[in-house]
Amino acid sequence: MSKNAQHSDVFEGHKKLEKNVTLLAAATLLVVAIGGIVEIAPLFWIDNTIEKVEGMRPYTPLEQAGRDIYIREGCYTCHSQMIRPFRDEVERYGHYSLAAESMYDHPFQWGSKRTGPDLARVGGKYSDDWHVQHLKAPRSVVPESIMPNYSFLAEAELHVADPAANLTALRRVGVPYSDTAIAQASSDLMAQANPDADAGDLATRYPKAQVRDFDGDPGRVTEMDALVAYLQMLGTLVDVNSAAAQEVLTKSSQGGEQGR
Amino acid sequence: MESVVKRLGVWALVLLAAIAAIALTPDSGFAIHMGIVALVAVILIAVTATSYDPMAKAQGIFKMPPGPSRYDDDVIRWGVIATMFWGLAGLLAGVFIAAQLAFPQLNFEPYLNFGRVRPLHTSAVIFAFGGNALLATSFYVVQRTCRTTLAFPGMARFVFWGYQLFIVLAATGYLLGISQGKEYAEPEWYVDLWLTVVWLCYLAVFVGTLLRRHEPHIYVANWFYLAFIVTIAMLHVVNNLAMPVSLLGGKSYSAFAGVQDALTQWWYGHNAVGFFLTAGFLAMMYYFVPKQAGRPVYSYRLSIIHFWSLIFLYIWAGPHHLHYTALPDWAQTLGMVFSVMLWMPSWGGMINGLMTLNGAWDKVRTDPIIRMMVLALAFYGMSTFEGPMLSIKAVNSLSHYTDWTIGHVHSGALGWNGMITFACVYYLVPRLWQKERLYSLRMINWHFWLATLGIVFYASSMWVAGITQGLMWREYGSDGYLVNSFVDTVAALHPMYILRAVGGLMYLSGAIIMAYNIWMTIAGKQRVEAPMGDTAHDDAADRPIVAEPAE
Repeated sequence: MSKNAQHSDVFEGHKKLEKNVTLLAAATLLVVAIGGIVEIAPLFWIDNTIEKVEGMRPYTPLEQAGRDIYIREGCYTCHSQMIRPFRDEVERYGHYSLAAESMYDHPFQWGSKRTGPDLARVGGKYSDDWHVQHLKAPRSVVPESIMPNYSFLAEAELHVADPAANLTALRRVGVPYSDTAIAQASSDLMAQANPDADAGDLATRYPKAQVRDFDGDPGRVTEMDALVAYLQMLGTLVDVNSAAAQEVLTKSSQGGEQGR
Repeated sequence: MESVVKRLGVWALVLLAAIAAIALTPDSGFAIHMGIVALVAVILIAVTATSYDPMAKAQGIFKMPPGPSRYDDDVIRWGVIATMFWGLAGLLAGVFIAAQLAFPQLNFEPYLNFGRVRPLHTSAVIFAFGGNALLATSFYVVQRTCRTTLAFPGMARFVFWGYQLFIVLAATGYLLGISQGKEYAEPEWYVDLWLTVVWLCYLAVFVGTLLRRHEPHIYVANWFYLAFIVTIAMLHVVNNLAMPVSLLGGKSYSAFAGVQDALTQWWYGHNAVGFFLTAGFLAMMYYFVPKQAGRPVYSYRLSIIHFWSLIFLYIWAGPHHLHYTALPDWAQTLGMVFSVMLWMPSWGGMINGLMTLNGAWDKVRTDPIIRMMVLALAFYGMSTFEGPMLSIKAVNSLSHYTDWTIGHVHSGALGWNGMITFACVYYLVPRLWQKERLYSLRMINWHFWLATLGIVFYASSMWVAGITQGLMWREYGSDGYLVNSFVDTVAALHPMYILRAVGGLMYLSGAIIMAYNIWMTIAGKQRVEAPMGDTAHDDAADRPIVAEPAE
């Protein structure tokens, strides 16, 4: 009896909300805000969310331009960039992905579907020629492939309105580009894909940057150059084994589980 | 007259700004978008300047009943037509990309490559089809349950047309390659800002109407609509925080990076499902199912419990899209636990809907609209069981990145969202256009069975495809090496992709039959047909047995 009375009190109380739009809307907003605050906010200040690893650097202007093309074409609708810590994935694609490896990715491109294979560590696995041929006509190198043709990329001159502005925007959201990087963005963009141009100290400012003609057409810099430059650097920056070694140490000290 | 001049001035300013943007931008996609904006401004100038009466014209085009309605129903009629139009467009895009996966020759670079059309499909069905259904039904329901007319009629019209402009900008943007690269949030910063303005106006109209109500209580359907509008505003604004490269270009970079961006995105993405495709559609269920069944909602208390628990729990479920990724384990585990708990309030909603039919179950046989609603609730129940199951890490390790997820999404979207929307449109059209009945009830029956069979083809082929691919990826031979190369697993899916496209085509065919039925109803026609559920009568047999004298 008393239990019933208590119940009806709760439902009586609810009538207040049902009669007051402001209360109802405020209560709703409060209730839906909690989950996000508890789950997302801590990721910004818990230190071990992103491992401390050697080798991460911002993208070069050419790599970033390639990444912008990757996003424009919706590559993420079929390709992931996130290797899970399973035996089969690690053997197929390489060491599982670390949070640090996408720390400069605005936006992230982890993907949600593998209609095609994971690309997190595709860099260096195939030759430039293979990538160009595969992008132009995937079925000419992989007969069973269902990927669309991207031959137009080889025809389109790489046109970035203002490379420095792109880098500036990225710096505003937290990517540590130096003033020099921004000042030289335009020349860096072209020099990385043009064997005749003077790349200057590009390779020192962007360690492990690959400077060469990517699309087999040294006469000009195309969108194909940018996209292949991006694909060829994916997963190549961090020495994953030393990072993993660090992680094993921290994990074992916390008693956490290591992926299978 | 003065107001006409003022309006002309405003549209001329918009036109000038758009032209300036076209001239100054180095970005051709952005220029085309500003061209669309300029075109709209030109049309509005023409409409205003020739002082022709757009309302009267619209009434002619949309065959609206003459004279003032009791309720403010113009926007709702436009919304119903827009729902049908975008529904067909979105389903067609879906069938097209399904065919592309089976036959890659159907990719026409660059504009019609899979990667550009797929966001077009998802946005068209979720935001254009679903969004217009929600706009139309929410304006219908809030007026009826508050016994009042819309609070700001002009603003309500702006919300409708502003939302259509958002859809056109988003859809053309994908084909032109303007994308943020975040799933279900692909439109760029300026389109996002526009949607924010439209959405706040939507909130104002909805809340304003609730404030004008002549009923003491706010009806349960309106709680769900309100939660949907408020939460989508929050999700949209936070997930789309971005830094534009230039005010004269489409490109922007997300404010967040990597792991934080990932969780923000899936907090948004999962709750686009939770609030756009669940809370909003449950609101439709809470009004239209009791109306069509002629029975009150089963349980008031259940509706309170499941409303608050649903909106509280849904928000936490996002991390289950990121199992075994670089997202910290604690967040993954929280996401899994809350996703499993979410099963209960979801089924609370299904039970409340199905049990509303207590005492009216016989109508499932005779009323094809009720039958559609029941099927929608059954699919809602099925996919809200499948969802928590897929969110368990062990299951997810197999299902993630495969077509199982695609199958799951579509049993929810086609089964639950599609079917409940179709049922509501069938309910609304004769009432909104003041017709005695629909053109044909038997065509609803055809629609029902085509759609149901289509979903069965779709979901079962994707289950098989997903589980096949998941198992093939992890298959090891006795030699200790992986058995299948990646492309072996792609080749294995080919028959399933064909079956899926067939399922989608069946579902689209059902929707085409519906469009014809709705078209003819609005035109005022009635199909001559035997009524549904009539028992056969053989007049010749209806006589006493009379003994014939022997010859």
